[in-house]
Amino acid sequence: MRNPRQIEARRTFLRSIGLGVGVLGFSLLGFIPTLKSQTLRLRPPGALEENSFLASCIKCGQCVQVCPVQAIKLGDVIDGFGIGVPFIDGRTQACDFSCDALQCILACPTGALSHELSKKEQVKMGFARLAQPEKCLARQGKNFKGQARGSDFKGKLRYSEIDRWKPIAIREHPYDLLLCDLCVRQCPIPQAIKLVSIGDNKSTPIIEKNCVGCGVCEMICPTEPPAIVIDARKTGEML
Amino acid sequence: MKMWESLRVLLGGKPRKIPVEQYSSQAQQIHFIKREEKLTKEKLAEMEAEHIKSRRHHYWRNRRWIVLIITNLLFVVSFGLDIQILEGALTASRFIGFHFADLNSALQVMLAFKEVLINLLIGTTTVLILWWLLGGRTFCSWVCPYHLMAEFAEKIHLKLVEKKIIKDHPFDRRLRTVLYFIFAILAFVTGYTVFETINPVGILSRALIYGASLALSWVAILLLFEIFYSRRAWCRYICPIGITYGVIGVFSPLQIKYTLQNCQHEGECLKVCLVPHVLECVKKGRASNEEMFIGADCTRCGLCVDTCPTNSLTFHLKGLSNFS
Repeated sequence: MRNPRQIEARRTFLRSIGLGVGVLGFSLLGFIPTLKSQTLRLRPPGALEENSFLASCIKCGQCVQVCPVQAIKLGDVIDGFGIGVPFIDGRTQACDFSCDALQCILACPTGALSHELSKKEQVKMGFARLAQPEKCLARQGKNFKGQARGSDFKGKLRYSEIDRWKPIAIREHPYDLLLCDLCVRQCPIPQAIKLVSIGDNKSTPIIEKNCVGCGVCEMICPTEPPAIVIDARKTGEML
Repeated sequence: MKMWESLRVLLGGKPRKIPVEQYSSQAQQIHFIKREEKLTKEKLAEMEAEHIKSRRHHYWRNRRWIVLIITNLLFVVSFGLDIQILEGALTASRFIGFHFADLNSALQVMLAFKEVLINLLIGTTTVLILWWLLGGRTFCSWVCPYHLMAEFAEKIHLKLVEKKIIKDHPFDRRLRTVLYFIFAILAFVTGYTVFETINPVGILSRALIYGASLALSWVAILLLFEIFYSRRAWCRYICPIGITYGVIGVFSPLQIKYTLQNCQHEGECLKVCLVPHVLECVKKGRASNEEMFIGADCTRCGLCVDTCPTNSLTFHLKGLSNFS
């Protein structure tokens, strides 16, 4: 028979292995959402390739703090290894480049948001796609009058003609358009999207390779669900 | 403690007994005198009265809690009120423009990413020097928000143990070192900062600054585990951050100093200590010198300093005199 002290020591040892395996198991659960949701999240401007991005991000949220329209959110535990990693939900609040100088990139201490970028035109977050052409008001030749996203929508946009430095809530800027062209009108990137006539007073938005995937068109689109969406991580060159 | 011994104990080794012949002659003499002294009933009653008084003495604890809360609050208001003094979270931040990076988070990122950007290197070096000066694991007890929550959990745990409702289940302390290396290897091999998924320090810090998250439920699980199953389990047996800062603490000028002369060896300090293995020298007959420095695993929390009725434990800055 072993003495009680040996038995206790053995128990402690086995218990410790159990705890170690448990802790590691929990941490490795992070693999599941990471593998499943690859490339699904829209990342802030300058984000490295997804795996390098997850590796290099130190999860501090300094990019969140400098964004003038609070477009950047941090991943939660359901994002696995993407916990604390920044993403943008374009439909809720797109990146409208109100900051001009890509403040999030400048704030990033690790280079997860690549410092090689200095202009918004160089950004490659994703690429817009007309996902629901039948919903598009322009394609139906319809006008648009009122608040683009209704009176409860909190999203902001910079309207240069009102205040070049201060973004305002979209609901405070109602529109009155004979033909809906919101996605083209509000796009912050030159020559990224245009409206082309398809006859019969109808038009369709055409996305050009300059599109950087900032998400403004998805945010401003008044239909529900939005006719135009961003495919994260896609670029014009892939066309 | 000697440097290697201090490091060995930090990594989970059991403190070694030094043969009495190797004790300094003063220490041998003090131990000899102490053995001769007989404890009278009056003396015991007097000691008990002192303990009751010292248990209500919270000088360092209160100051520590204030520093911890103010530091974390500074993060919160810097973003919340947009005053931009301390931007970011505990994993990486900018203090009035200067880069700071948590050593363990920076290490995980460097291992996973395998590239080091100059800003991160600056932040890491700044923090390294700062915590070397301040004592290494001082970070744990004076800044870490999880530490504060765990202290409250510990209070409940001890109450429950006292009432015999639950039992404490200690683990093997070497587990923390094993996990430290596994997390380092995992970061390097998978290319993901695996540890951050379960890092309650990052989770709590971000939740305080950016708002509540689902990840807080993991922190809740940890706290419940500590309340009902094992005292201070995360800090004692798991957290690699503690080891990272502990290693720096080996060389730190800021230490807790033990003076043998007036110690009555009642062990009050051992009861309040997060890492009682560093306090082996306070046990009767164990101090090999009349003055001893407590090892690297010590978080410089000051609970032992507060609870000691004879001032045998003090904060000490090497090169300067005592300051408590």
